[in-house]
Amino acid sequence: MSREITITALKYNPSDADSQPTFETYTLEETPGMTLYIALTKIKATIDHDLSSDFVCRAGICGACGMVVNGKPSLACKTLTSSFPEGKIDLLPLPTFPLIKDLSVDTGSWMQKMNIRVNSWIVANEPTDISKIEKRISPDVADEVFELDRCIECGLCVASCSTSLMKEDFVGAVGLSRIARFSIDPYDSRTDEDFYELIGDDDGIFGCMSLLACEDHCPKELPLQTKIAYMRRKMVMV
Amino acid sequence: MSQNDIIESITGKTVQKKKSKIPARLDLLQSISGLFLALFIVFHLIFESSILLGKESMYSLTKMFEADFIIEGGSPLIISMLAIIISILFVFHAFLAMRKFPRSYREHLRLKTHAKMLKHTDTNLWILQITTGFMLFFLGAIHLYTMMSQPQNIGPYASSDRIYTDLMWAMYLLLLVSVVLHTGAGVYRLIIKWGIFDGKNPRRNRILSKNIIKAVVVFYLFIGLYSLATYMKIGYEHKDNYGERYHSTSEVNHAS
Ligand code: HEM
Ligand code: SF4
Ligand code: FES
Repeated sequence: MSREITITALKYNPSDADSQPTFETYTLEETPGMTLYIALTKIKATIDHDLSSDFVCRAGICGACGMVVNGKPSLACKTLTSSFPEGKIDLLPLPTFPLIKDLSVDTGSWMQKMNIRVNSWIVANEPTDISKIEKRISPDVADEVFELDRCIECGLCVASCSTSLMKEDFVGAVGLSRIARFSIDPYDSRTDEDFYELIGDDDGIFGCMSLLACEDHCPKELPLQTKIAYMRRKMVMV
Repeated sequence: MSQNDIIESITGKTVQKKKSKIPARLDLLQSISGLFLALFIVFHLIFESSILLGKESMYSLTKMFEADFIIEGGSPLIISMLAIIISILFVFHAFLAMRKFPRSYREHLRLKTHAKMLKHTDTNLWILQITTGFMLFFLGAIHLYTMMSQPQNIGPYASSDRIYTDLMWAMYLLLLVSVVLHTGAGVYRLIIKWGIFDGKNPRRNRILSKNIIKAVVVFYLFIGLYSLATYMKIGYEHKDNYGERYHSTSEVNHAS
């Protein structure tokens, strides 16, 4: 049994001086297994060619399709329209990121800046000799590191965080979890003192007020609660 | 002024070209001051509820705090001292926690719309915490000053007269509700912020911590409100004898 659903989306193009922010409502037939990605593609193909939103993988892997769905930052390609019993869905672009147009935001430059700011790469004291087998690390530690590497930089943690919304320079859960990832990694030779130089201030770890919206909205279910607390304990002892 | 401070304020780094350690100390001190205040409140509300066991219990507890076991008749000065210590902690905590308040119109607007749309418990809990924290600025100050300046006016009749006849009940009602909610939210925050009860299953333990704190908050609100009502009742019955002090049943027997 199919039903009609209504989707309301914010439409606005900040680079067009004549553009006026408005809410546009679209009515369409729901199909079995319909995701918001499919619904938006259908709207773009049949109702409004001008509506913008981003997608790449359609499978919850690339992190491009984040948007605010009925108030909750979500991945459009992982959200089923059937999960809204009333059939009414309100869409907004992710806050905190620069708005490109309608539902499309620029998470890429934000993430790039963040990665540079937290030096999100391995820093090793010794040069790597690729002719030798790497030094062994325990599977538990490797798991912990890889768990954090599952981040897809979708920005939902940032968009759901009140601190990020209020303080533009706050590094965000994604930035803190990057630091935690390298701090756990035995291949990285940086000390807590070094990490303190990157996040030891009120825009870094001490800006976090532990509201845990990041933990509760991360589509990859990264352990943000425990890893942020872990970094806080380390940084406060430096 | 030290040259080091000037250098740091201009370059953003200390003379050693390092980030200051002050933000780390402040974050920890904010938690420690909150923890001590919370511990104080946890005991204070229990003692204050001794009125539920009768006037005599509340009276002897008051006298015990005035150290009547060493000083003849007890000395209210001890209460003043305690109030001064708590006040210092209180101002210090408020000064540190104040840094987290939303300031500008833009921050308030963003927080408000975001929280309304997000419907996220812990976000709302934080808003409750900053709201009650703001209320405590004023309510806590009134109460602490009263205790500092009139420590002798604590007792089954003196307190009840203050609450009923002096119309302090409204202030105490707001103070009670805001301090209990603020402390509950604050202790939960301490647990999450420092990962105190992460255990093997942090997600489950987070829910568990929240539920335990909820139960404790309900318990404290109950005994607090019940005690306030009891003081009101005593104050009402005692209104014609306003100003008269309570005398211990043992003292009365002794005199007769
Ligand atoms: C008896 C009084 C008080 C008690 C028991 C208490 C307790 C606490 C505790 C345990 C915390 C958590 C600490 C942390 O997150 O590091 C906290 C945080 C907080 N307190 Fe208080 N507090 C009291 C009074 C006040 C007052 C007067 C203010 C007014 C400014 C205030 C404002 C705050 C704020 C805004 C936070 C949140 C800080 C953050 O999110 O990082 N508190 N309080
Ligand atoms: S931590 Fe989670 S919510 Fe944040 S960017 Fe990574 S995957 Fe997205
Ligand atoms: S399109 Fe890649 S995560 Fe949704």
